[in-house]
Amino acid sequence: MAHTSLTSLLDGLAKQDPRAIGRAISIVEDNGPEADAILLSLDRDLVKNTTVLGITGPPGAGKSTLTSQIISTCRSRGERVGIIAIDPTSPLSGGAILGDRIRMMRHSLDRDVIVRSMATRGRLGGLCGAAGAAVRIMAGAGCQRIIIETVGVGQSEMDIIRLADITALVMAPGLGDDIQAMKAGLLEVADLLVINKADMAGAETLFMDMEAVAHERADKSNRPIAVCRTVASEGKGVEELLAEIAALENQHRASGEHDRRRSRSYDLEVLDWAMEMMRPHILQKIQKDSGERWGDPKLQAANILKQMKVDHDKIS
Amino acid sequence: MSNTTYRVLIGKPGLDGHDRGAKFIARALRDNGFEVIYTGIRRSPEEIAAAAVQEDVAAVGLSSLSGAHIRLFPAVVECLRKAGAGDIPVIGGGVIPDEDITLLKEKGVEAIFTPGTPVDQIIAAFTAACSKHHETRNA
Repeated sequence: MAHTSLTSLLDGLAKQDPRAIGRAISIVEDNGPEADAILLSLDRDLVKNTTVLGITGPPGAGKSTLTSQIISTCRSRGERVGIIAIDPTSPLSGGAILGDRIRMMRHSLDRDVIVRSMATRGRLGGLCGAAGAAVRIMAGAGCQRIIIETVGVGQSEMDIIRLADITALVMAPGLGDDIQAMKAGLLEVADLLVINKADMAGAETLFMDMEAVAHERADKSNRPIAVCRTVASEGKGVEELLAEIAALENQHRASGEHDRRRSRSYDLEVLDWAMEMMRPHILQKIQKDSGERWGDPKLQAANILKQMKVDHDKIS
Repeated sequence: MSNTTYRVLIGKPGLDGHDRGAKFIARALRDNGFEVIYTGIRRSPEEIAAAAVQEDVAAVGLSSLSGAHIRLFPAVVECLRKAGAGDIPVIGGGVIPDEDITLLKEKGVEAIFTPGTPVDQIIAAFTAACSKHHETRNA
């Protein structure tokens, strides 16, 4: 059927065909045999010039609704947009329900909006790499702006958010201590704070709390961070938020911060792929070892790595 | 070491807002290791097909409890075909009379399940459809 051969897939990608884009992302995510050829075929300038926005925050804060509004605004400016919406995989079954699209369905017939849902798949490594590859494929397919949406809880999701050029942390009143618990993580890496559902009771208190956080951040890094108010369901405050984001983008591109972040996320993705590729080999060595399982695990790990180096030196 | 996680889309075409069945199936599929893209209620066949293409699913599941299945299920099959994704199988479920089942299958719907079907049977149908789809697309 369609795109069974690599040439027709690459051809479809070049023509920005939705089926080819969807297929390509799956192949890379599933580590299929054609993955390398797909990634090699992408236009590097397109990848370089795209802007990646991270939208993160606790469940129920309104991330998907806000994302949908951002898409509308970007589309009215004629930009082609890609969205990677990440949801957690069930640790019990390995399955996932990916429901972020529900809030974005009004864009589903727009050929210039590409939405892709991705499950965390409980990977220790690889997720960051898979999301990074999806960003590249979308950029290569002409998306000038790419949005990564994720809850941002846990290390691998935190890493994904670091793939973004700019990260906005979305919060809403009434979510309670979740926000307190985030203080050590997302509040430290976010470039902007967004109080969504700003028309709801408690929004003002949250705003004042976040202003305090923004000031703390400003004191430490000499970079005052913005706190924006939005009512995403009505589209209120979205223009202002995008203006803040654009200002930050320009500032980062001018100061070299943009390039620094890109190289940092590049390193992170390379590390992630390397770990993912090493994992099965190491696991095999561990399982093959017939020795008793009561020695110190740390010392055993060092032994295995030493042995792998010896093996490697013998080959090369 | 490629992965074989099955991705499926569950959607409700048309004006019928009774989504209990669709959500039940979505959860059952998740509990059996599927990645389920859930599009929610009141979607047009075009929207469902476009989402299925972007998400690159191996099967589409549709639910209808309002009697509109005769028009809507084949419409999704047709929209998928127009989007160059006629190879993605469509499975339907809902309050569907026996005489309609034959007709729907003739129009390209892979399988139809009615109320009372054991959930394992539905999961098995999705597994078979996805497995077949993965085989043909990788061939």
